[in-house]
Amino acid sequence: MSRRIALRPLARILEARQKGENPDEIERENLARRHEQARDKMRQRAESRLLMLAICFFAAFLTVGAKMTMLAGSDPEEPHISVAGSSVLGARADIVDRQGRVLATNLVTNALYVQPRDLIDPEAAAAGLAEIFPDLDEDWLIRRFTSGSTFAWLRGSISPEQQQRVHDLGEPGLLFGPRDMRLYPNGALAAHVLGGARFGEQAVNAAEILGVAGVEAYFDAELRDPARGAEPLQLSLDLTVQSAVEEVLAGGMTLMNAAGAAAVLMDVNTGEVISLASLPDFDPNARPRPLLEGDQSESPLFNRAVQGVYELGSTFKIFPVAQALDLGLVTPQTMINTQGPLRMAGFAISDYDDYGPSNSVTDVIVYSSNIGTARIAEMIGTERQQSFLGELGLMEPTSIEMIESRAGRPLYPHRWTDLSTATISYGHGISVSPLHLAAAYSTIVNGGTRVEPTLLRRDSPQQGERIISEEVSAQAAHMLRQVVTDGTASMGEVAGYEVGGKTGSADKPNPEGGYYVDRLISTFASVFPANDPQYVLIVTLDEPSVMMLGEERRTAGWTAVPVAAEIIRRVAPLLGMPPQDVDPEVAYQLTSASE
Amino acid sequence: MRGLVTFLAALAVIALGYWAYHQNIQTQTAIRQIDRLQMAIGVERERLSVLRAEWAYLNRPDRLRELVDLNFDRLGLLPMGPEQFAHLDELVWRPEDRPEPMDTEAGDEILFSASEPEDTP
Repeated sequence: MSRRIALRPLARILEARQKGENPDEIERENLARRHEQARDKMRQRAESRLLMLAICFFAAFLTVGAKMTMLAGSDPEEPHISVAGSSVLGARADIVDRQGRVLATNLVTNALYVQPRDLIDPEAAAAGLAEIFPDLDEDWLIRRFTSGSTFAWLRGSISPEQQQRVHDLGEPGLLFGPRDMRLYPNGALAAHVLGGARFGEQAVNAAEILGVAGVEAYFDAELRDPARGAEPLQLSLDLTVQSAVEEVLAGGMTLMNAAGAAAVLMDVNTGEVISLASLPDFDPNARPRPLLEGDQSESPLFNRAVQGVYELGSTFKIFPVAQALDLGLVTPQTMINTQGPLRMAGFAISDYDDYGPSNSVTDVIVYSSNIGTARIAEMIGTERQQSFLGELGLMEPTSIEMIESRAGRPLYPHRWTDLSTATISYGHGISVSPLHLAAAYSTIVNGGTRVEPTLLRRDSPQQGERIISEEVSAQAAHMLRQVVTDGTASMGEVAGYEVGGKTGSADKPNPEGGYYVDRLISTFASVFPANDPQYVLIVTLDEPSVMMLGEERRTAGWTAVPVAAEIIRRVAPLLGMPPQDVDPEVAYQLTSASE
Repeated sequence: MRGLVTFLAALAVIALGYWAYHQNIQTQTAIRQIDRLQMAIGVERERLSVLRAEWAYLNRPDRLRELVDLNFDRLGLLPMGPEQFAHLDELVWRPEDRPEPMDTEAGDEILFSASEPEDTP
């Protein structure tokens, strides 16, 4: 910093005054010098700023240039996450049974597609493919290959053997795309529960799998959720039990010459459906097409246990009796007038047999008296009957986790007359599915709390709302037991398992009006063991007919009951239930491989 | 003195450069290895799912039933039934196998399921 220049230095001014000069000139001169000095300083500062700026720009351009050189000089590389054990999986989740055995899984196969312009010899390729896949038509293939299109799918999924044979054709125009295929390793087992799957959107290297029925459709979004990882969907079904039930049911259906059959096995406390079978069934790996005409209920796809609503007849009788007991209107010993026929609104209610002028409430159930039940229903009244059936879940579709459940909507009269009250009390005029009946029976015998059927595994009992008292529940189970020991279901006895139950044989409605005379739906609703109910089993046979003791038999006591008894005999040990209080010398001889 | 400092600094730069380069190479190798392993895990997962599917397919009840029927002469297997539950006192023990008396009450049921392996020929 230079010293500030004084404008009027005293020495020079005095000197100038002595010489008689104008001191103002000195001031002007100094002012000019001062301006010059300031100008120099500013230039210097501006120059240093310019230099600084130049350095900054140079550094910036150098950085950009270096980055560009690096990018241009390096190989392009996909950025990837290097976190090990990523839990996101693209595959559809497996479905397993309650013990973790696979019911549905995925298999990687290949889809076959063609790029016709790459084909060397379209005719030979068509001939070769027609030989490998007998259902492909050679002429159709040739037309496809020569039509000028550039791409076509040929098969959705092919086996490794077929893939090798296509490879062996040596055509560069035939190409494979990887495919996840839904596989049901157990074939037709539990087919109606699982439903099936099909391919949705397809691309060359992947295709989405969509559930079309059963739990596959109900849980479609959950099963496809990639965040689910490898966690399978666990159902309440037991593969072994399901297999035994289906085997016995199929045998029973053949023996009884039935057109169809359904069985539901349910845990009365948890509401878990252990087995749910409907025959005839199908293979979900090759799901048949729905019927385009005629009655859908004749298709093997039709789930008789869930979608089929039938008049289940006398199996309903336990409901008015349990309600009357709960309301305190009767006790098991109260005598009920069973003198027939009971005339009501121009309609006569009669019994299968004449059971005398009066019977106890227990005997009304044991001998299955329509008149007796109608009289009990009369005491209860229409409104209370309706609300009770509603509480048992018999007036709305079940909440089971299958898309078909909504189709199983119960049918009941819109105008609920006194006659309806009487007929519904013994199961005529109301149609429900066997699954409804299983849930309602579970509610009656499990101590009286409401259970909803579920297909998902649960570990604890459902704490549903109370419908009837525990005492009435025990009385009802005891009555059901007497039906087997003394009544219409004597063939249902299985030593050691205290089977209780109620038979029901209802005439099938004729679609043209009225009822068929010789076509029945025979049902046995059973509970075992009756002294401590654990499971409810419903067996329904459609139009059974069997020659027994020189007579054609159709009623449940001769058809559904023995089938149900055999199912219980096979299934109870599989459920881990030892026979109770049996004298082994009499009932079962211990067999041992070591003897 | 000043020359020595410069020399040491240069040496340090060289050493650090070598170390950084070495780390870089190691990281790249590790990333490549992770990629390879993940690929292998994917392949193994796929194989596992195929094996699981195959196991389920081979164990399907229909097939087992057929095998049981085919081998009935040798194995004599029957569906599990209520008669296969036994009380402990029904078993015939070999003298040396007899367990110490257990602290059970008279009503206790001790059950042996039929699936227990037999050790007698």
